Amino acid sequence: MDDSLNLVLFSGTDDKLQAAAVLAAGAAALGKPVNVFLQYWALDAFRADRIGADHGLAPEAGATGRAAVDGLRAAGQASWAETLRQAKELGGVDIEACSLSMDLLHLDQSDLDPLVDGVEGVTAFYLNAGAGQVVFI
Amino acid sequence: MTLQILQHVDARGLSCPMPIVKTAQAIRTVASGALIEVLATDPGSVKDFGAWSRTTGHELIEQSVDGGVFRFVLRRK
Repeated sequence: MDDSLNLVLFSGTDDKLQAAAVLAAGAAALGKPVNVFLQYWALDAFRADRIGADHGLAPEAGATGRAAVDGLRAAGQASWAETLRQAKELGGVDIEACSLSMDLLHLDQSDLDPLVDGVEGVTAFYLNAGAGQVVFI
Repeated sequence: MTLQILQHVDARGLSCPMPIVKTAQAIRTVASGALIEVLATDPGSVKDFGAWSRTTGHELIEQSVDGGVFRFVLRRK
């Protein structure tokens, strides 16, 4: 779809996943179709047994960044997983695991949180993205 | 004439984009033409609610600020 947002999530740290979840939720609230494609360490963060764990921050965060992120969380900011759940409630948000990354991490779909709708390859991702913008995080 | 508000969204203390997400969820629970009121403290919400209203067609009919709390009244398209 031409007005869709297509997020390729590669990084698995909580700050990047939070930023991605905000983009996804904002687009969903505007009625845009959102396709999320999970690769590598982002996919690993969606494992059912670890989705609520501390996934760390990007290296540039440093100690000051860590304190800032902890402060927002203490003030009640929704986690990235909760933000994505709310976005999915609005409809139009599809989250797919990259099949290559599933092989890499030796994962089966039953290992993943129910937020993940399925497993697909990059061709299916591009087909669904159509002429919409693709964002890599 | 007093406006009759059918649904209230208390998004005070929620950070972006949750005020908009909660509002998008809530506006579906009322009929076309009905009003909902939103309270938010996210400083981005003034521009966000304006943009959301223009994009979705739900009319922003009132907005005000009081002591750091933003209030919006929207009419469902």
